[in-house]
This record gives sequence, C-alpha cells and structure tokens, in this order.
Amino acid sequence: MLRTPAWKRYNWRVVWLSLLYAAFLLAAVYGFKHHLLSGGVAYLVAALPAFPIIGIFFAMGRYLVEERDEYVRMLMVRQTLWASGFALSVATIWGFLESFEVVGHVDAYYVAVIWFAGLGVGSLINKFTVGDGGC
Amino acid sequence: MENRLRLLRTERSWSQQDLAERLEVSRQSVNAIETGKYDPSLPLAFRIAELFERPIEEIFVSPSSRSSKAI
Repeated sequence: MLRTPAWKRYNWRVVWLSLLYAAFLLAAVYGFKHHLLSGGVAYLVAALPAFPIIGIFFAMGRYLVEERDEYVRMLMVRQTLWASGFALSVATIWGFLESFEVVGHVDAYYVAVIWFAGLGVGSLINKFTVGDGGC
Repeated sequence: MENRLRLLRTERSWSQQDLAERLEVSRQSVNAIETGKYDPSLPLAFRIAELFERPIEEIFVSPSSRSSKAI
C-alpha cells in the first residue's frame, strides 16, 4: 500500500462521498416508500444517490492529476484501465445474456460496482506483472 | 532499461528510502527503476542525474547502444 499525500486526499474524498451516498440513498428510499415524491422532484431524488458515485469517479481523476509520484500514478492508471475494461466486458456479456433471456435483468448501476471490483482485479494484475499492487 | 542506479546508491551507502526522499518519490519507485521494471520520465531521469552529478547516459544504458554492441 503506497500512502502518498495525494492518495490520502483521495481516501478522505471517498469516505465523505460514501457517507453522502448512504444519506442520499436512505432519503430516496424513504421518500419513495412513503409516496412523498412525484413529477420532476421524483426524477431528481431517484438520481440523487448516483451523484456521490460520480463524485468518486471524479475523485479518482483528481487523484491521477494530483499524484506527484509518476510510478505510483502509472500503477493507478493501469489499475483503472483494467477496471474499465473489466466492467465494460462484464456489462457487454451480461447485456447479450439478458437479450437472449438466458439470465435475469440486473440494474445498470451495477456497472459501477463491477468497476470498483475491477480496481481489485487491476491491483492483482499489477502485482503479478510489475510486482507492485499499488494503492 | 538497464541502469547503474543501485551501484551509485550503494556507493554512497544510501538505502532505497534515503534515495527516494532525496528524489521526492516513493521507495517503490526507486526499487522499480533499479530493477528495470519502470523507466523514469525524462524530468525524473534528469533529477537522478543531477543528484549523482553524472550525465544521464552514465546512469541509464541506452537500449539501442546495447543492441549495437551485441552486433
């Protein structure tokens, strides 16, 4: 684990955005469960939990800009590329399986969950190819 | 890319951490460069050369010069 100052800032941003995500999700679930929302507000509240997740993608981008250690940055770029490739591949395969009704429907936001899992895949690939898992 | 970083570092009795602090990079970066797993950018290569007060080509071995010698 490489704890550079930029990585620490990224972690803090992710912690705050995760808390915000939990708060938005709870608020949206409560609002819809109690039929408090309708019209344009319903659209906005339904999309609300997505914004902190988008914020985490942005935080990753900021991290890559702020990271001064070029080797550590290279490891993270590789990791995110693997994560993106992994998430897109799983989503594409699942899309076809779903089209041919071999599997059930999965909500599209799970692509983000798969992308985060893909970061773990990228870290393992870094470990086996470069010998450093990175962050 | 082959380099003489480990030799230059050990000549000065510096640990990888000592060199990393002088270059303002992580110890992992120093290790990756020394073992040839990572080729530094030109600015970092210049910082290394300036730290050891040597021309870059005395620290890093050009892959083309290696192959031409082999022929």
